Amino acid sequence: MTESVTIDLRINGEVVSLEVETKRTLLEVLRQDLLLTGAKRGCNQGVCGACSVLVDGQSIRSCLSLAVAMQGRDIVTIEGLSDGPRLDPVQQAFLDAGAIQCGFCMPGMIISAKGLLNSNPHPSREEIRHALGNNLCRCSGYVKVIDAVYRAATP
Amino acid sequence: MRCTVLRPRNDPSADTRPVGDAVGRTTPRREARAKAMGAAAYTDDIVVPRMLHGAVLGSDYAHARIVSYDTTAAEALPGVKVVLTGDKLSGKLYGKCIEDEPILATGKVRYVGEPVAAVAAVDRATAKRALQLIEIQYEELPAVFDAEAALAAGAPPIHEERKTYGGRVPPIDNPNLASYTQFQEGNVESAWAECDVIVEDTYETPAQQHMYLEPCSTLAIFDQAADQLTIWTATQGVFIVQYAIAKWLGMPMSKVRVIAPYVGGAFGGKGGLTNQPIAAALAVAAAAPVKLTYSREDDMMMMKSRHPSRIYMRTGARQDGTLVAREVRIYLNTGAYADEGPFVNAIAAGFSRGPYRLPNIKTESWCVYTNRLKAGGMRGFGVPQANYASELQIDAIANKLGRDPVALRTQNALVTGDKFLGGQNVDHGTLNGCLEAVRRASNWETRRHKQAVTPGKLRGIGVASAAHVCAMNGAGATAKLNEDGTFTINTGAVDVGQGSDTVLSQLAAGVLGISLDQIKYAAPDTDFSPYNHQTGGSRTTYTVGVAVERASENARDQIFEHAGEMLECSVDDLELRPGGLVGVKGDPARQLTFTSIAKRALFNTGGPVMGIANWVYEAERFDPKRTLTAGFTPNAVGVFCFAALVVEVEVDEASGKVEVVEAWAAHDVGRAINPGAVEGQIQGGLVQGFGLALVEELLWDDGRLVNPSMMDYKVPGALDVPYGIHAIILESPEKTGPFGARGVGEIPVNLAAPAICNAIEHAIGAKLTTIPATGERVLRAMMSVG
Repeated sequence: MTESVTIDLRINGEVVSLEVETKRTLLEVLRQDLLLTGAKRGCNQGVCGACSVLVDGQSIRSCLSLAVAMQGRDIVTIEGLSDGPRLDPVQQAFLDAGAIQCGFCMPGMIISAKGLLNSNPHPSREEIRHALGNNLCRCSGYVKVIDAVYRAATP
Repeated sequence: MRCTVLRPRNDPSADTRPVGDAVGRTTPRREARAKAMGAAAYTDDIVVPRMLHGAVLGSDYAHARIVSYDTTAAEALPGVKVVLTGDKLSGKLYGKCIEDEPILATGKVRYVGEPVAAVAAVDRATAKRALQLIEIQYEELPAVFDAEAALAAGAPPIHEERKTYGGRVPPIDNPNLASYTQFQEGNVESAWAECDVIVEDTYETPAQQHMYLEPCSTLAIFDQAADQLTIWTATQGVFIVQYAIAKWLGMPMSKVRVIAPYVGGAFGGKGGLTNQPIAAALAVAAAAPVKLTYSREDDMMMMKSRHPSRIYMRTGARQDGTLVAREVRIYLNTGAYADEGPFVNAIAAGFSRGPYRLPNIKTESWCVYTNRLKAGGMRGFGVPQANYASELQIDAIANKLGRDPVALRTQNALVTGDKFLGGQNVDHGTLNGCLEAVRRASNWETRRHKQAVTPGKLRGIGVASAAHVCAMNGAGATAKLNEDGTFTINTGAVDVGQGSDTVLSQLAAGVLGISLDQIKYAAPDTDFSPYNHQTGGSRTTYTVGVAVERASENARDQIFEHAGEMLECSVDDLELRPGGLVGVKGDPARQLTFTSIAKRALFNTGGPVMGIANWVYEAERFDPKRTLTAGFTPNAVGVFCFAALVVEVEVDEASGKVEVVEAWAAHDVGRAINPGAVEGQIQGGLVQGFGLALVEELLWDDGRLVNPSMMDYKVPGALDVPYGIHAIILESPEKTGPFGARGVGEIPVNLAAPAICNAIEHAIGAKLTTIPATGERVLRAMMSVG
């Protein structure tokens, strides 16, 4: 039988108490239990990056992370990045650069960009390419995505 | 009357034009904010009460007769509500071109992964578990995987009933032939004698997967009491889904409603039908809502790919470089079902002539059934395959004649007044402008003759031209004046990410002299929207745009009628003023708001202001005196678009790996309604083409797909493509287009593979006649020339 445990997850600044099966991923819990559907399931094997969320400020793949391992960590999803209607500067830069097309990869892309800027506030375009190298986008060709992150990092 | 529109500036911060001047402006997508906040709902994000989850079982065999089913164990599993197999369904067949496809395999399976059974259960895990309990007995049949082998005598028959199938493509007495198309102009046989140089080769292109980031997803809600089926789905066209579901399930269209929420990319892969019929059948059987979202693996095994092709091509020219003759045979492998294959096949045949004057041509193409995953429309729609072969031959001729590849193209380019294959007029023959733009921007002569040197690498630079169309089928639009003076535009066109909600809104705003904030774009919904054929064929900006422009003009005329009566002046003396005002020319003080007109119309005189337009694109038919056609030729398509690309590549001498160093692409879009969105289409389309050229390829082992995952099927990431992808926008206005616009969605993909392979040849001195040009293939080519 599947084992369930109760965990406290700190998500977007709020602590929620949940009973989850130990085998479930953070992505499943976010999308199905908490209806935080911003993180997307593109491949479910850690390749596309559409499920990225910030854990303690770093971008991770929620499809490869077990929810039970997130006890006590600080999780920020795309829904928690903005301050009410006020967009995070990274989100605003993606709008301003015209980087968003179908948008399905964008929550993960923006989260990964945020993770990069948390550790490296002024990356070069080359560093941006490397940091986003594992977030796949099928629409943009990446040029405007790189522009967006560069713009966010260059006030 | 139209507002004064300034020329576009690509930098929005430099845009100081007044509000209301929406056309030619780079603005963020209307929905960009919702997408950036993770608030935009895609199909799988929608949850409704009592919702069940679907799962689909795929065939283990490439070709087998279904002997028996045993679903008792699956049905007995707690939480399972419905188990469907083909024998429980009506057996009706559907297909956009050929009615050859059942909802679930019936009688036999034709490819590994073909849906054979489907389950609806209380959650996804239970549904998946139930699939494992379904027992199906098969009797394996001989299978065939290659298109030409499938046409050979004695090949295993895949569609024994081909000659009885309905659909738009006429029946054929060959169980493995979906369709055949032939065009002939001039006299190829005698023209070879006029040629001083003839090149001939065979080309192969892969099954590229669409790889939209959002796997296919449908939420089908059956309301038994009202006998209504409502379908939320990731699709390119709500009306095509509505028609097909109604036909397949035997319901009137009036009982089927289809709505598209946000769609996470499509590229042709969400054209026609995806998993909607299975979700709908489950929902009707369960009398409950059923969500069916494919895993990436299911999506890759069960949906479709670009048509793999084998192309035999021969081209001849005179010593002075004039192209004289071409003969082409194209074999498209459409897999187990035709889908849009016959259209793709006809377009490939038509565009195999290239964007050149070529007086003598014979082109034949076969769309062939095999026991593989079906192939359908994918961005470029047959042109990337044909143009790849064509553009490599142009370089081959240039090499033989010692001519510059750009100059040879310029010499033969279609110009205004020329005829395309079939005799259609080329009204804006702007290829030469595109070639000139990329020649200059890339510093072609310098780079072609004096390459930068990187140790261990070989550099090369190559060029390609392309043509495409952007006008097709019917579209309608309404422009409804709201009580507060704003407008709601409704077309039924689905924005799959390319930006049409924004661009169509800009067109309406441009006609009406209001800002984008004063326009609402209604979600595509078969209950409320005018009919629209699907998003595809690069048609939305042009074909739907014309409808939006005319509907907005119709609304403006109604506003003028009211204003003329209210201001007691002639309609001819009225003008629109920015922000939703109509005034008397030359008299700034005499003006009215749209709001006051709306209130008069709604409550006093005339009734609601509702602009309406509808039209269908009617091209010149093929000229029988000029062109001999045989087999299936498509509906009228037209309004030609042209583009050119130069790419510089670096080839690793040890591994053969090719890297694109920089790219310059020029597209004549007539008028860029949203220049930033046009750049996005060009850059994104080129990168999909880079993937086709260099890495992307579905691979099969004895009928079984071996790389159905994003791990094993690589699409380009940010590190695989250069930052220097220069999108050059040229604007020679299309006289029939909305504000002069043409389409741009597909043509970038047509350019990429041939330009890259021509650049590789420049680098290594050998042709890559098979793509993707993987390291292994490039090394082999290098060894072939020593």
